[in-house]
Amino acid sequence: MTPRPSRLPALSLPAVPLAILIGVVLGGLLVLVSGGNPLDAYWRILVGSLAPANWPDTLNWAVPLVGMTIAAAIPLRGGMVNLGGDGQLAIGGFVAAVLPVMLPQILPEAIALPGPVLAALAILAAMLASGLYAALAALGEVRFGIPMLISSLLLSYPAIGVTSYFVGFPLRDTTTGLSQTAMIPEGARLMTISGPLNIGLLMIVAVAALVLYVDRRTVGGYELRMRGLNPRFTAYGGVKPGPQMLRTLFASGAIAGLVGAIIVLGSLYRFQDGALLSPGYTWSGLMAALLAGGEPLGAITAGLFFAALQTGGFAMQRETEIPRVLTMILQAIIILFLAMRHGVGRRG
Amino acid sequence: MDFISAFMVNSTVQAITPILLAALAGSLCARVGVFNIAMEGQLLIGAFCAVAGSHYTGSAAVGVAAALVGTVVFSLILAYGATVFRGDAVVICIGMNLLASGLTAYLLRQLFGVSGVFSDPNIAELAKIRIASIQSIPWLGWIVSRQTVLTYLSWALTALVAYVLYRTPMGLRLRGVGEDPEAAGTMGIDVRRYRVVTVLAAGALTGLGGAQLSLGTVGIFSEDMSAGRGWIAVVAVMLGRDNPLLAALACVLFGIADALSVKLQAQGLPNQLTDIVPYVVTLAALVISYRRKRGTRLA
Repeated sequence: MTPRPSRLPALSLPAVPLAILIGVVLGGLLVLVSGGNPLDAYWRILVGSLAPANWPDTLNWAVPLVGMTIAAAIPLRGGMVNLGGDGQLAIGGFVAAVLPVMLPQILPEAIALPGPVLAALAILAAMLASGLYAALAALGEVRFGIPMLISSLLLSYPAIGVTSYFVGFPLRDTTTGLSQTAMIPEGARLMTISGPLNIGLLMIVAVAALVLYVDRRTVGGYELRMRGLNPRFTAYGGVKPGPQMLRTLFASGAIAGLVGAIIVLGSLYRFQDGALLSPGYTWSGLMAALLAGGEPLGAITAGLFFAALQTGGFAMQRETEIPRVLTMILQAIIILFLAMRHGVGRRG
Repeated sequence: MDFISAFMVNSTVQAITPILLAALAGSLCARVGVFNIAMEGQLLIGAFCAVAGSHYTGSAAVGVAAALVGTVVFSLILAYGATVFRGDAVVICIGMNLLASGLTAYLLRQLFGVSGVFSDPNIAELAKIRIASIQSIPWLGWIVSRQTVLTYLSWALTALVAYVLYRTPMGLRLRGVGEDPEAAGTMGIDVRRYRVVTVLAAGALTGLGGAQLSLGTVGIFSEDMSAGRGWIAVVAVMLGRDNPLLAALACVLFGIADALSVKLQAQGLPNQLTDIVPYVVTLAALVISYRRKRGTRLA
C-alpha cells in the first residue's frame, strides 16, 4: 500500500468560500455552546488582523507561516507529502543560531568575518542542513520503499530531541536559567525594516517569487506538476522519479531551514528550546498548502489568510477570553470540508 | 537481569496498550482499503472524553464509555469522508489530527479552565485488576496481574480481530473489500457499508486506547498527550503488513524500546536523548523490514 494522496483538491473558487463559511458557522456554534459571543469573537479577529495598525503584526506572523506553506506546497505539487517540517525547522534554526556564535571562535583572529557575511553563511548552512535531512526521508522511499509520508514525520522526533539536548547541555547559555544558546552577535542579526518586521520578509517574498517562476516557467516545475497529475506517465516521459523526489524534498526542507534561520536571526537572536515549534507554523503551513492542493499562488494566499486568522486570534483571546486555539479548529474544519466537497463535486 | 525487572515489564505492558489498540484499528482500516493515519487524533479525543466522563461522574467506567462514544462520533468524519464523500483519506486524516489537537485544547480551557495539564481528584482511574491465582507466581504474577481491564481486553481483542479477519465469512468479505472493491461489489457486498462500519469499529478501538492513556496510570489529561503514539501505531500497521498479529508483535518491540528509554533515563542520560529511542528503533525497524521485503522481491 503506497499512501499517496491520489488527487488533491485543486483551488476551485466556489468551494473555498463555502468551506470557510462552514468553518465560521461551526466554529461560531462551538463558541456559542461554550458560553461566548461568536459575533464578538469574529469581530475581534477581523479588527485584530486587518486594522491598518495591526498589519505589521499580521505580516510578521505571516513570514514563517507562508514560508512553511511553501515548504509544504512544493512536494504536494508533485503528489508527495512532507510531514517532517517541525524537525527541519528545528535543524535550520539550530544551525543558524550556533554557526554565528561558533564560527568566529574557531576561525583564527586574522579572519574576522563581517556580520552580514556570518548571517548569510548561517542561512545557507541552515538551508543545506535542513534540505539534506528532508532528503533523507526521500532516500528511504527511493532506496527501500519506506513510505515517505511516515518516515518524514518520524525523522522529526530525533531532530527535535537532539537539538533540544544540545541547547539544554553542551551549548547552553549558562548565564540564563533557560534552555537556550548564547546570543548571536549583533552584526549577524537580520536588518529590521520597521517595528517587528525584518528583511526576512523580503527573503520569503523572493522565495515565493522564485517558486512561482519555477512552477510556471521551467521544465523542472512542469515535470513536478506532471508527477502530481500522473506519476507513471511522468516516469514514462523520461523523468527519473527517484532523483526528482530527492530534489523536491531537498528544496522543501531547505525552505523550512530558511524559515528557522529567519526566526532565529531575525527575532529570537538565539535558539530557544521549543520556541520554533510551539506556534505550530508547520501544521498551519501544511493545511494552507493542502487547501490549495499545492498550487503555489493559492497556497501563499491561503497562508496569508491563516496568518491573519491566527494574528486575529491573539486579539480575540486578549479581548474576549475565548482561547485562540479556536482558529486552529477553524482551519481544520475548512480543510476537512474542502477534502470532502471535492469528492462530492467529482461525482456530479 | 536487572533490566528485566518485573515492575518494569509491568509498566511496559501497560504502555503498549494504547499503541496496540490503535494498531488494531489501523490494521482493520487498511484491510478495507481506508488508509487511516488519524489514530493520533483519535487517541487524543478518546483520552479527553475519558477524563471528562470520569471527572463529571466519578466513574472510570463512564469515562471509558464516553471515550467510546466520543471517538466513534469523531471517526464519522473519516468513515463518511473517505467513502460517501470520496475525499482523500490522507488529507482528511491530517485535518482530523489537527482538529483533535485544537478541539481538546479548546475544550480543556473552556470546560475545566486550565491549559496544559488537567488533573483533579474527581477523575476516577481505571482499577488495576489483581488475579489472586496468578499473582502468587513470583515473576509472572507481577506482569500478568495488576493491569487495567483495558490491557487484558486489548490482547483479547487482538485475538478476536485476527480470528474475525481470517476465520469468519465476514472477515473474508472484509478483506475482499480492501483487496478488490469492484470484485467484492460484484459478489453482492456493500463495499461502502463495510468500510463505514469498519472505520467506526476502529474508532471504538482507538477510544479504548485513549481511555487507557488518560485513565490507565494516573487520571490526567495533557494537551497532545498522544505524543506520537498514533504515528507509531501507523508504523506498526506497516511493519505488520496489515496483519493484526504481526502489528501486535511490532507494538511489543516498541514497548521494549520505550522501556529501554526509561531505563536509560534512570541511568542518568538526559531525557531529550532517551525520548527519541522509540522513534529511532521505529525507523530502524522500518529500514530493516523494507530492505528485506525488497530483497525477496528481487530474488
